[in-house]
Amino acid sequence: MNREKILKKYKPQAANLLGILHDIQNASAEQYLTDGDLRAVADFLKLSYSFVHGVATFYTMYSLKPRGKYLIRVCQSPPCHLLGSTTIARELMRLLGIGFGATTADKRFTLEMSSCLGVCGVAPAMMINDQVYGNLTTERIAEVIEGLRSGQ
Amino acid sequence: MSIYRTHILLPVDEGTVQAGVFQIKRLLESELRSRKLEDEIKVLESASVGLIGKGVILSVYPDRIYYYQVTDRDITRIIEEHLLKGRVVESIPHEKLADLAAAKVQNRVGLTRDQLRIVLDKAWTMDPENIDEVLASGGYAALEKIFNEKISPEAVIAEIKKSGLRGRGGAGFPTGMKWEFTRKAAGSEKYIICNADEGEPGTFKDRLILEGDPHKLIEAMTIAAYAIGAAQGYVYIRGEYELSIVRMQKAIDQAKALGLLGKKVLETSFSFDLEIKKGAGAYICGEETALIESLEGKRGNPRVKPPYPVSHGLWQKPTAVNNVETLANIPAIISRGADWFRKIGTDKCPGTKVFTILGHVEYPGLIEVEMGTPLREIIFSFGGGMKGGKKFKAALLGGAAGVFLSDSLLDVKMDFENLKESKAVLGSGAVLVMNEDTSIVDMLFSIVKFFAHESCGQCAPCRIGTQQILQIVYRIRQGSGKAGDLETLLNLAEVLAQSSLCPLGQSLIMPIKSALGNFREEFTVNLSNLKQINLVK
Repeated sequence: MNREKILKKYKPQAANLLGILHDIQNASAEQYLTDGDLRAVADFLKLSYSFVHGVATFYTMYSLKPRGKYLIRVCQSPPCHLLGSTTIARELMRLLGIGFGATTADKRFTLEMSSCLGVCGVAPAMMINDQVYGNLTTERIAEVIEGLRSGQ
Repeated sequence: MSIYRTHILLPVDEGTVQAGVFQIKRLLESELRSRKLEDEIKVLESASVGLIGKGVILSVYPDRIYYYQVTDRDITRIIEEHLLKGRVVESIPHEKLADLAAAKVQNRVGLTRDQLRIVLDKAWTMDPENIDEVLASGGYAALEKIFNEKISPEAVIAEIKKSGLRGRGGAGFPTGMKWEFTRKAAGSEKYIICNADEGEPGTFKDRLILEGDPHKLIEAMTIAAYAIGAAQGYVYIRGEYELSIVRMQKAIDQAKALGLLGKKVLETSFSFDLEIKKGAGAYICGEETALIESLEGKRGNPRVKPPYPVSHGLWQKPTAVNNVETLANIPAIISRGADWFRKIGTDKCPGTKVFTILGHVEYPGLIEVEMGTPLREIIFSFGGGMKGGKKFKAALLGGAAGVFLSDSLLDVKMDFENLKESKAVLGSGAVLVMNEDTSIVDMLFSIVKFFAHESCGQCAPCRIGTQQILQIVYRIRQGSGKAGDLETLLNLAEVLAQSSLCPLGQSLIMPIKSALGNFREEFTVNLSNLKQINLVK
């Protein structure tokens, strides 16, 4: 769905801002919001551009930078930390050759830190797009990344 | 609708998914088809029961037997022995399911022993996406009771007040009073909001309620709206909880189609509409005024209180904001009465509490037990004790904005009052267990990092203070702390507690003070030797 169609779904009320931003970002192949998106939404809701920019940068789920096909969010919260999320984070950086907040050159993987994902029973955990991966070990991560690389 | 002689329920959650529940489901279904049993036996996905670390769980109804740690190899035996011959397969770990929803669970059986479920009574025994099953198991009965018996809004509030129900989001404020304030506040336009922005690290109780019994929440919010005089409600669900959002939306649509929600609820003159608002990743939005700001489409910056939302909430109108678990208690209280509810739990904290047990325990997961259950029982009975036989060192109660307890407090009763007396908090009900190998300094570092990241940046004490505290804890962790660091740490935390605008900045003192108070030697060891001499008095 393109931006105009998404905007048409909504009433032009400020309370719809978060929902509109979610929808536009989800429809984007690179899972992000462009400057043009923010301006169009501001016009539609009769809000200032700076207000919309302020909202888009306040919430961690929105990105103003293009992201990869696979968005990897590694849980960093105390329960995952206790069970070794630091090792998991290091291993992911090593395997993908990028730091947190970055995207691989082939635009396939983006690595992000996340606050509690609410799946603490299987800590340490991460999410790749909508899928939860838990009870992570370095071996398991290698398997998962290899699987995604080979397109499984 | 076709009738099946047996139902097989497979709880789906992150634990069972990791253990391969979908593969088991596919195998089971294809085996049943090849034996032409698919018209007799129905395989259903149910919500999580909260038993994580027990592999794939498979329960057989109406036999009330559940198998756990089920593997591919067990499928044929379960079909041939149990489903065809009616004999329980003794060689697969299994237990008989207790009636979790019974007023008091008498039978002490296995994994579900001694749990008492009010909030999560139906999750796991039905398909949460099927409203017929929900209605058949007593869903919406409390709402019907109110209209059939013509119970007035004031009488509903009086019953909730009498029940002694207190908010389960962490603060423990009496729910009936909150509703009364909202009802009595000036203005005709009022709102009810369900706070489902569950972000406290180590907490996933609200998610399991949303996924396991979304209709209960709709029923509760409709009752709340009737009581306070609201025509519109919002469920604010954190953006990361995709399945919760999908299930809740489905439930809302089903309820509307049956006239249980929307215009003229149950053909009365009462109308109530409910809408989901999706969060976008901000811990601070769990704070009620930040949540309201976010719902209005703004940055989630908390407001200065007072005025409180009960008089000046959403769009400055009177608003009651209730946590998911709090609301999930409402239908049972209305159906069974405040007197029944008061018999459960403690005098000052009636009812049950959902706890999430995590960390170095044998069985991490979720339980619902009476308020006042001792911490020792939660960790050692329900959590299965320490993993790998290690020694207990500490428990962090209530999430990141929580308190570190040492073994001297293992027998503390887990309710608002008793924990307060022991200078601890119940918070969201998260119990993070740490063994003897854990560095408290490292854990505190993780907590402070979390706070520094989640500070919304609106007020200076919190924005700057969390960064300063992070630097100090970081250098202590690296072994390069300076003399006076611990004093500075406590001073800064005190400044934040006194001057921050909202509970985020105000509560960082809890983990810091309890870590330094109960495990001070770990912090002094981490300072360099020379400076350690200065510190040890």
